[in-house]
This record gives sequence, structure tokens and C-alpha cells, in this order.
Amino acid sequence: MSRRPYLRKVERSWWLQHPRYISYMIRELTSLFVGLYCVLLAVGLVRLSQGHSAWDGFVANLSSPLGISFQSICLVFAVYHSVTWFALTPKAMPLMVKGEPVPGIAIVGAHYVAWAVVSAVVLIGAGI
Amino acid sequence: MARSNKPILWLPFAGGGLVAALITPVLILITGILVPLGVLHLSYETLAAFAHHPIGKLILFGAVALPAWHAAHRLRMTAHDLGLGGGIAVKAACYGTAGLVILASAVALIAI
Repeated sequence: MSRRPYLRKVERSWWLQHPRYISYMIRELTSLFVGLYCVLLAVGLVRLSQGHSAWDGFVANLSSPLGISFQSICLVFAVYHSVTWFALTPKAMPLMVKGEPVPGIAIVGAHYVAWAVVSAVVLIGAGI
Repeated sequence: MARSNKPILWLPFAGGGLVAALITPVLILITGILVPLGVLHLSYETLAAFAHHPIGKLILFGAVALPAWHAAHRLRMTAHDLGLGGGIAVKAACYGTAGLVILASAVALIAI
């Protein structure tokens, strides 16, 4: 006997049918820009390993109009990833302290503090 | 209990999501805004010295490899959501690109 499970037809444009679905898709697509920026970073490491002039060429490309526009778009999506990722943390890893649940706002807040600290350390390390 | 390879995919996915959330925006701010504006200067000597130190290598590798893996896994799931299926082509494109990024970073960092 063959199984014939019912498969409901899903339109490819399903995510355009409700604002919540659209914001979900934008949230998931942040990963495309995070991924593309990782490709850029990997290229940077390869150029760094190739010596002084290769690195200087890479830095010059970062500052080209194309480099700046691409990275500006990446920055918007990366920040959106941070905000949405932190917003999910109380649901993804709820904490209990002495049998009481830690309020979500405290977990989210701790992540924002960590974000500020990491950003400050990197900026100071980079010579700000 | 049934064994699953899901945790192997999931742990770096979640770790990568956190690393991407904490460090990626400030890196883009530096390479994409502050360096082009001339506020910061990423000199070869400073960066090479940082990448030469074992801890520097580890930090740089983590900052590239973990978000890359996170992005690959999430894009594969999003491709499925968009009706592109869970086929081998999508898997190869996502994990293949991430694998290349991770490998190239590791090789470059070892060479520095």
C-alpha cells in the first residue's frame, strides 16, 4: 500500500501575505548580509597574509564607493540581526535564579550591555 | 536514545548568531565607515602583529568562522522557507561557501 500524504500547496510568495511574515523574512535575510561580510573578512585575512602591498590594496577597496555602499547595507542588516537576536534570548534561553524566572528584560538588557562592552573594546583596540 | 547530528549544526549556529550580534556591527562600522572617513587607520603592522599572536588568531578566526557558519545554516533554512527545497544544491551552496570562508581564514591565519 502506498502512502499518499496530503501536502498543502504553498505559494512561494506566502511571506508577502502578512506584515509579520515580511518582517520574519527580513530578519532571516540578515544572515545573507552577515555571510557576505564574512566573505569580505576572509578576503581581508588572505590579503593580510600576502603582505604589506596586498593589505593596502584591500584597505583601499574597503574605502571605494562600492566598498562603502556594500558595507553600509551590511551594517543596517547586522544591527537588525543584533536587535532581533537579543530580543529572542529570553525565549531561547530562559534563566532561573533560586527557583524564580529571571525577567526577560534583564536577559535582553545584559546582552545590550555585552554588545556595548564588546563594541567599545574593539573600537579602543582599533585605535579610537 | 536516537543519535542526531543536529547539535553539531546547532551549537555553532547559536554561537555564531551571538558572535555575529556582538561583534559584526562594530567590525563593519570600522571597515566600512570609520576607515573610509579617515577616523581610523588599519595599518598593516598593527593588524599583522595582532594576527601573529595566538590569541589574536583565535579571536579573528572566531569573528569570521562562527558568523559564517551561522549565516550558512540560516540561509539554508530560509531557502527552504522560500520553496527552494532542502536539496543538495542549496546545502552545497550554503555550507560550501561557509566552508571555503572558514578554510581560507584558517589557512591565512596560520600563514601570518
